[in-house]
Amino acid sequence: MTTAQQPGTPVLRIRSLSKTYGSGETAVFALRDVDLEVRSGEFMVLLGASGSGKSTLLNILGGLDRPTTGEVAFLDHRLTDASDDELTRYRREHVGFVFQFYNLIPSLTVRENVALVTDIASNPMGVDEALALVALTPRQDHFPSQLSGGEQQRVAIARAIVKRPQLLLCDEPTGALDYATGKLVLEVIARINQELGTTAIVITHNAAIAGMADRVIRLADGRIASIEVPPRRLTPAELSW
Amino acid sequence: MKALDRKLLRDLRLLWSQGLTIALVVASGIGGFITSLSAVDSLDLARERFYAEAHFADVFATVKRAPNALVETLREVPGVADVQVTIEQVVRIGLPGVSDPILGQLIGVDRRQLPRMNQVSVSRGRALDNAALSSGARSDGRIEALVSAGFANSRGVKPGDIFTALINGKQRTLLIAGVALSPEYIFAGLGGSPDQRSFGVFWIDRDTLAAAYDMQGAFNRVSVKLAPGASQPDVMARMSRLLARYGAGEAYGREDQTSHAMLDAEIKEQQVLGTVLPSIFLGVAAFLLNVVVSRLVSTQREQIAALKALGYPNRSIGAHYLKLVLVIVILGLVLGIWLGDWLGGAFTRLYADFFYFPTFEHYLAPWLLLVGTGLTLATAVIGTISAINATVRLAPAEAMRPPAPGHFRRTLLERLGVRGVKPALQMILRNMERRPLRTGLSIAGVAAAVAIVVMGNFIRDAIDHIVDTQFTLAMRSDVILWMSEPIGNEARLEVARMPGVIAVEATRIVPVRFVNGPVSERGLIQGYAENPELRRIVDIQGRVVPLPDGGLVMTDRLASKLGLRVGDTVRTEVLEGRRETLQLTLAATAQEMMGLNAYMERRALNRLMREGDVASQYSVALQRGSEAAFLAASQDLPRVAGTFSKANLLRNMQEVSARNVRLMSTILTLFASVIAVGVVYNNARIALSERTWELASLRVLGFTRAEVSVLLLGELALSIAIALPLGMLMGWGLVHLVAELLKSDQFQFPVVILPRTYAWAALCVVAAGIASALVVRRRIDRLDMVAALKTRE
Repeated sequence: MTTAQQPGTPVLRIRSLSKTYGSGETAVFALRDVDLEVRSGEFMVLLGASGSGKSTLLNILGGLDRPTTGEVAFLDHRLTDASDDELTRYRREHVGFVFQFYNLIPSLTVRENVALVTDIASNPMGVDEALALVALTPRQDHFPSQLSGGEQQRVAIARAIVKRPQLLLCDEPTGALDYATGKLVLEVIARINQELGTTAIVITHNAAIAGMADRVIRLADGRIASIEVPPRRLTPAELSW
Repeated sequence: MKALDRKLLRDLRLLWSQGLTIALVVASGIGGFITSLSAVDSLDLARERFYAEAHFADVFATVKRAPNALVETLREVPGVADVQVTIEQVVRIGLPGVSDPILGQLIGVDRRQLPRMNQVSVSRGRALDNAALSSGARSDGRIEALVSAGFANSRGVKPGDIFTALINGKQRTLLIAGVALSPEYIFAGLGGSPDQRSFGVFWIDRDTLAAAYDMQGAFNRVSVKLAPGASQPDVMARMSRLLARYGAGEAYGREDQTSHAMLDAEIKEQQVLGTVLPSIFLGVAAFLLNVVVSRLVSTQREQIAALKALGYPNRSIGAHYLKLVLVIVILGLVLGIWLGDWLGGAFTRLYADFFYFPTFEHYLAPWLLLVGTGLTLATAVIGTISAINATVRLAPAEAMRPPAPGHFRRTLLERLGVRGVKPALQMILRNMERRPLRTGLSIAGVAAAVAIVVMGNFIRDAIDHIVDTQFTLAMRSDVILWMSEPIGNEARLEVARMPGVIAVEATRIVPVRFVNGPVSERGLIQGYAENPELRRIVDIQGRVVPLPDGGLVMTDRLASKLGLRVGDTVRTEVLEGRRETLQLTLAATAQEMMGLNAYMERRALNRLMREGDVASQYSVALQRGSEAAFLAASQDLPRVAGTFSKANLLRNMQEVSARNVRLMSTILTLFASVIAVGVVYNNARIALSERTWELASLRVLGFTRAEVSVLLLGELALSIAIALPLGMLMGWGLVHLVAELLKSDQFQFPVVILPRTYAWAALCVVAAGIASALVVRRRIDRLDMVAALKTRE
């Protein structure tokens, strides 16, 4: 299952997905009746205002949360009724996460932060290779507190991709970064997507980032408001905001 | 209620489990303090009251035989307020159906003139019958007696019971009229041991006793009450001079009186334990408060900034956190006082089995409550002052920003060149090394718990060691017979022919006074066989000390008390017989556990005494199973003043000491577990709170619950692993400290800690650690992964 899928074959299937928090009069509908298919090697951007449901969707796709109704399947695995242990294994083997605030382990160096994942993954690439992909080899012995925000986010990306995940889920990866650094990080994500064929789903507030996607999903009020396919995928260098 | 106080209550609700564990540590400390010191206070109070009511004498002396006329001369000694004399004799007591050797101290009571000192009070039965006054004994020949309460209780003796007593070679019958208490025998165990079944005090009509020993118009025991402001040493010196020619007369004060000295020793022991151990507990509590409040202040830095921005002065904010701490420690204080009062009461009841007073109640003095409260508040302030100061120093604008990410560096091991350590272990090591003080104190806290369990269980090892040294290595005989006076070799041959005897060894005992310049000390020279087999000198390490040719061997404490070194000559005044003064050479010293002893080779001693080949005691080794027959046969030896059975003493001691040791070790083990749980649990909770975000991130990355738990709990496991050997070392040190503090002239606690004690201490602390870890593990399982994605710590 860790072998790369043919480009274009569906890796994630989402059917009638709903997520409700609370019940009765206080119930909040985070997602309502979402249908979606994510294809192998696709670069997908999820856009939407705060509370539109994009984080809830990402959490469910990443195996951090379960839907209230509907179905989610990763290849032939149903995530909907997976146990906690199965979800942990799913995250461990197939998903790479990139967080808005990097979430690096402050007590480990760059190299060790990445090695933390290779220690538990079944078929990881080498730590050096992952660091080279994000151009951080010279900084490998630094601690997070000695790095800039952009460098920390690149470490996070190296840590996410070193296990050769099929899915790279990025939650506001540029949210805490300045313009130039943000672009640098997007370039890394785009390169991973293209060179390794990793399916990437990026959540953002920033509509400009949509230009680099294969598909742009707009969420509003828990529903898919629109699905756009940009005529041409832009490189991050071509983006501006 | 003010809004800030409402916040206080809610913070407390969130912190309840941590607050509770800290309160329990405080409670253990205060509880231990109050238990020990209130028990001691109660003991002291009961003793003072009894001494006052019963007019306990200040100075005592025993002579061989002095005329009653001497009383008037003694009365004229400056500083003497009153003099009272009587007759006392040690006899062998027989109980129907009991073969145990029992010693009886017979004390004559003058019924024409009520005692003015050392008054006996009857707790059960009735006083001696005055109807028998004229004849001395009853018409049926039985002698009425009051019996000491300790013996009566341990043997189940009641008024109306009958004993036999070998009085001056004649079997007489004692009829128990009542059970009595005396300030001289608050504690009455055989030779200072807790064996109360083998030693009884019997008060009988003085004239009867005088008649039996041909002591009419004479006395052999004198008690003196000092006038206010009198100098006790001066009075003792003058009395000793006056009494000298009446045989072995040497005056001594209360401090050398057995019962008084035993109470003093117990009071000292509890005072030491009641101050040393609670200091450890309160130190640990201060550390835990520091960690918890520091963490609370750091998680609430934005709230503190907001409060400051809203105009709350530093004073109110500082007071807010101080109040939170006070709620925790006052809960601990209240629990501690309750626990101390309860355990103090239990101790007092336990004491009531050893120390007999007319009234003995547990008393919790107000000063103890005040000092306990003061200590608790000091602990709270010392523990949290730095954290509370941090709230004062916090600038509102700075506090609104999130704290900078932690700075880490390579660990000492890595800097020393150790490579290839797994990231998980790196995280643990670097986290520990990043806060060396906190890590150090946590380890010290857990180590303290180990040390306290070691301390609590060491007592059992020490008692085993004492018993082993005294009764297996030193005293290898089964029975000791002592004679009413030094006796020739024919007695030894007679004993050797008795049933079951394998070997007999003679010992000569001579009362003396050692004088070295201005220092002098009363004592006994024990003359042992040249190559002793049945009675040997054994030091605290269990080594046999050989007897040199001629010359003395002394307990090291006695030698140093007299200012003597090996090779020195000591003037030795013999206090019996011809009362000669000898010059003896100190040939060696022995580090013995008990007593201030002096030894010589018996024949050399006898030559110096010029009394021929005599002995005062016979140590007898018996064939297995023949002790009862031997003891029965020894009843018929007229010149035997007393018999001592090792097996009997051990059995009787075992009963009482086993219970006390078990209680002590249980209490200290429980208290130590409270510390271990307090330290481990609080550290785990703080570590969890500091690293929730990090651990949740790892869960998102696909780490299992178990793997994440290892990262957090591994730190605790490592701390405990370091703390175990350290705690054993600390326990060793603590035991040394306590043994040193408890050291007296008469006794030195052996520092013996068996592997089982270390193992038990480790087991208890590891169990406490596992229990705490399991509670924290449940929280790790409930980490909120989604929050980790969105928030920054």
